[in-house]
Amino acid sequence: MDDISNVSKITEPVQKRILAKIAAAHPEINVSEAGHLHVPVDSLTAVMRDLKENFGFDYLSNVTAVDYLEYMNVVYDLCRVGTPYMLHIIVRIDRENPVVPSMVPLWGGALWQEREIYDLLGVIFTKHPDLRRILLDDTWEDHPLRRDYQWMSGRD
Amino acid sequence: MAVRQEEFVLNMGPQHPSTHGVFRIVLTLDGETVVKADPVPGYLHRGIEKLAEARTYTQVIPYTDRLDYLASMLMNWGYVQAVEKLMGIEVPLRAEYIRVIVGELARIASHLVATGAMASDLGGLTGFLYTFRDREEILDLFEMVCGSRLTASYMRIGGVAKDLPEGFVPKAKEFLKKFTLSLAEYNGLITGNEIFQRRTKNVGILSAEKAVDMSLSGPVLRASGVGHDLRKVRPYSIYPQFEFEVPLRTNGDCFDRYYLRVLEMAESVKIIEQALASLPEGPVMAKIPRIIKPPAGEVYTEIESSKGIMGVYIVSDGSPKPYRVHFRRPSFINLGYLAEMVRGWKVADVVAILGSLDIVLGEVDC
Repeated sequence: MDDISNVSKITEPVQKRILAKIAAAHPEINVSEAGHLHVPVDSLTAVMRDLKENFGFDYLSNVTAVDYLEYMNVVYDLCRVGTPYMLHIIVRIDRENPVVPSMVPLWGGALWQEREIYDLLGVIFTKHPDLRRILLDDTWEDHPLRRDYQWMSGRD
Repeated sequence: MAVRQEEFVLNMGPQHPSTHGVFRIVLTLDGETVVKADPVPGYLHRGIEKLAEARTYTQVIPYTDRLDYLASMLMNWGYVQAVEKLMGIEVPLRAEYIRVIVGELARIASHLVATGAMASDLGGLTGFLYTFRDREEILDLFEMVCGSRLTASYMRIGGVAKDLPEGFVPKAKEFLKKFTLSLAEYNGLITGNEIFQRRTKNVGILSAEKAVDMSLSGPVLRASGVGHDLRKVRPYSIYPQFEFEVPLRTNGDCFDRYYLRVLEMAESVKIIEQALASLPEGPVMAKIPRIIKPPAGEVYTEIESSKGIMGVYIVSDGSPKPYRVHFRRPSFINLGYLAEMVRGWKVADVVAILGSLDIVLGEVDC
């Protein structure tokens, strides 16, 4: 266990410095106590491009979304290949009009992940080259990972 | 008489031995050459993320077995680690050792399927039989620790379900000793086989830039020369305590992706040997509350699974059930580049390329 805490002793201050630098460069970003970056949807593409091109976050590890009934969050996890540093980016969008710019032009890895979120949560990614359902049948109606989705259970 | 030429569409799957499960790929062919490919996943979609919202945190663990069912231990690990981080639970040292031991055994078991399946996909069924012979012994070890061979559900939030049974350590050591010889056997039977090499070398070449751009991970990424293995670059659990290498290959072809897994198995053997030799005594479960209610908030953590980066995202609203669970499945994301990878190659190469990606449909479809 000592080794792990030694590793985090080195990485944590660096992670904090990275977050402080990003916050200084982008006053519109709100950095939470847990170190999550809350980015307004209007500046998402510009911020993400900057993170990739100037901050070296070249790897889009994860994209997902959460339905909070009043609004939705789209969540991105970026990392620098070969390093431990990660960013957790949260974008709040309107649930009735869930539109967010696609990250495919920046990271090809968003291609299927955004299709999956579109399929299961109904988030529309603008400028996605191939936005169609991926897991469910093409004729499926509605988006089952939304919290108000009515489903039949064999249990409970 | 003029020869009429036109492209035609070939549907491969969803029931096809080379798709390794229920997966379909629609190929548009010009003769034998792939012009366009449209992968169609989803035939095994069970809605695990939705189901998890109606289960308690502990009840989600068996569902993770059914993601990558060839390495269920690693899937358990990815999930419990995320909950532990959300709750700030410190796992006892012995439990961490046991996790590393069973996790690396699972990595070997998973790579054995990949190695054997790739040989059989390319016409060498014997290779498949040899790797499965050795995988059986790992499954026997899993049966010893948790009573289950495939869907382990062995890990718990805060540790592991129970301590290693008597006789496990000597049996595991015996297996590792034999297994080193088996690796040489695979190299003789599969790696060095001329037909196998000609079917895989310089086929389906993936550049390092493209692999990073497409968020590919695991052996697929490292076979293109990108040294991104979370056990080294973002160490978790007790991995910094062990000496091992992260094998890299640089050609990014099917052969390198295949051979990298063989090299990784040898490294996993080293890790398990060290862990067995220094296994400390002590409890295997942390003190955790009877009802697991993580504080409201969200967490995203990753582990290095056999297929690549396995990420788990959990949102808690403070209740005993997760508000949202998302699994970043490496097979799913690695498969996202298949359409581009097979373009321009022959039909027979599609099988080699798909085999070299090593997907498992339980994980792809979730």
